[in-house]
Amino acid sequence: MTINQKSKPLLAVLAIVLLLLPFFIDALLGRGWVRIADFAMLYIMLALGLNIVVGYAGLLDLGYIAFFAVGAYCYALTGSPHLASAFPLLFPHGIHLSFWVVLPLAALLAGGFGVLLGAPTLRLRGDYLAIVTLGFGEIIRIFLNNLNAPLNLTNGPQGISRIDPVNVAGAPLNATQQILGVTLPSVHLYFYLFLAFTALVVFTSRRLEKSRIGRAWMAIREDEIAASAMGINTRNLKLLAFAMGAMFGGVSGALFAGFQGFVSPESFSLMESVMVLCMVVLGGMGNIAGVILGSVLLALLPEVLRHGVVPLQQALFGKMIIDPESLRMLLFGGALVVMMLYRPAGLLPSRVRRRELDTDEVAETV
Amino acid sequence: MNSISASPLLQFSSISKQFGGLSALSDVSLHIRRGEIYGLIGPNGAGKTTLFNVITGLYQASAGEFQFNGKNYQSCKPHVLARAGIARTFQNIRLFANLSALENVMIGRHVRTKTGVIGALLRNRAARHEERAIAERARELLDYVGITKPHQTLARHLSYGEQRRLEIARALATDPLLLALDEPAAGMNATETESLKTLLQTIRASGITVLLIEHDVKLIMVLCDRVAVLDYGKKIAEGIPDEVRRKPAVIAAYLGGSDD
Ligand SMILES: Nc1ncnc2c1ncn2[C@@H]1O[C@H](COP(=O)(O)OP(=O)(O)O)[C@@H](O)[C@H]1O
Ligand SMILES: [Mg+2]
Repeated sequence: MTINQKSKPLLAVLAIVLLLLPFFIDALLGRGWVRIADFAMLYIMLALGLNIVVGYAGLLDLGYIAFFAVGAYCYALTGSPHLASAFPLLFPHGIHLSFWVVLPLAALLAGGFGVLLGAPTLRLRGDYLAIVTLGFGEIIRIFLNNLNAPLNLTNGPQGISRIDPVNVAGAPLNATQQILGVTLPSVHLYFYLFLAFTALVVFTSRRLEKSRIGRAWMAIREDEIAASAMGINTRNLKLLAFAMGAMFGGVSGALFAGFQGFVSPESFSLMESVMVLCMVVLGGMGNIAGVILGSVLLALLPEVLRHGVVPLQQALFGKMIIDPESLRMLLFGGALVVMMLYRPAGLLPSRVRRRELDTDEVAETV
Repeated sequence: MNSISASPLLQFSSISKQFGGLSALSDVSLHIRRGEIYGLIGPNGAGKTTLFNVITGLYQASAGEFQFNGKNYQSCKPHVLARAGIARTFQNIRLFANLSALENVMIGRHVRTKTGVIGALLRNRAARHEERAIAERARELLDYVGITKPHQTLARHLSYGEQRRLEIARALATDPLLLALDEPAAGMNATETESLKTLLQTIRASGITVLLIEHDVKLIMVLCDRVAVLDYGKKIAEGIPDEVRRKPAVIAAYLGGSDD
């Protein structure tokens, strides 16, 4: 219904390419890169979630990674032996709930946290909102860091390890599986799992964007006062945006925990929030394709540098002069400055943003 | 006629609005009857826009109360009043500037439609049906107010007169009982004002009550059934336009107001 006849074959080709992609990557670049592609998809899901809050509803959120953390710890605690140390009598072996049971809970819990963050910030906008959300993100991380005493809930900075892998139809995804005679290593299996979830997230974003709810969000972004005068309950819709965005974050967090088998608070630093925001802004706020592009670019950049720059420097100078991490920040900063100068609306701007920035003409008059 | 439809649509009882020491509205009482075009005039800073902001819930009155359609709306949120049937335009046009003309009007339908997240995701039959109805009504309204540019044009790329009319279309999309227009003719040329006049008469003929703030005295005289004059937050006159125009207090207010 939403996909017109012309784009159908295109979509089929895209699907086939994506399904074969892990084999290509594996053959051309090595298995490590399939893993990197898996991470890139986690970032895509995160960025699309943040895009609902920032891109559609226009609410600047600098603590978004907290919802990723909520989802990740949700599965880390309920799918690992860890809680045995805190409650030896209650859970002598820890809790080992199925991932598929925890996933909706993680989404709901993260959504709840989204509302929790949204409620006190309803009157705030722009910079002020950014500061409060930043604080919220840090609070969650600091809690995770310190909730190891007196009762060891989160295991503090050491994090939680030995998290159960995701099971699909009884088969754990952390081991190589044979399906219809094809051998699929673990990273390939997770690739397909994440691909399915990414598709779901893209689908959800699209449907929301082109609906009564999406339009109401954009009305709030454009002019909150006019939106409320037109009968939009701005409080509820802002909370809904926070909750929906947070749910996406929670889902990708749970996937992350199952994939890595290990989580620690350091994965949820402010820098990660900023990174996800940059993915949204770089690609083009409010535009799904743009956000995906931004996520892929920024997720791959550090890996390209790590795998490309070190050998290159070794070959050229015989030793390493700039370490990849500093170079990453340097390039990243430079790229953002160039972007703001030449493509302020993002690489693939949404129709709205593009028009907004391509002319100085001011519509509003006094 | 039952008692509700016989009562005035809007009844203002001793409304005051203070901003610090400034009385933007003091002890204003007035009523608007169903089906009329009611004019609100007065010099700049008289409190006309403040009165609009009070009836649309953007400001809370400091004292007094108002009734709309037989119900009290004390300290209500704007969206509650929109649902009750008050729609407005703004003196400084407040469109959703980076959305298309069509989307602007579609957003006006929000309050009369109900597809939620589930409906949006499943896009089931009810949701599709509603979505189609929203777009259809929005297109009708764009034609109704006379916007001939492609409906996908961004609101900010419309001409000034078109933006004013788009705001009216967006307000009409909420199915209002009372349409409150804050200086709709400001900045319009003679032809645009003329077509605005026709539009307002059509709107009134369709049964919608109109509350009109306007500086164009000629427009007020031909359009309004009754007018009230505000000056320094006080109602200094009310009645049919021809009488009000002759009142010494009104003449004094306008002469006094014109030399600043
Ligand atoms: N939000 C506000 N804060 C402080 N003063 C205000 C505010 N809104 C309006 N006023 C003041 O109230 C008075 C009436 O303003 P307004 O209702 O806009 O007048 P009008 O629309 O008749 O020109 C003016 O003196 C204005 O400065
Ligand atoms: Mg005014």
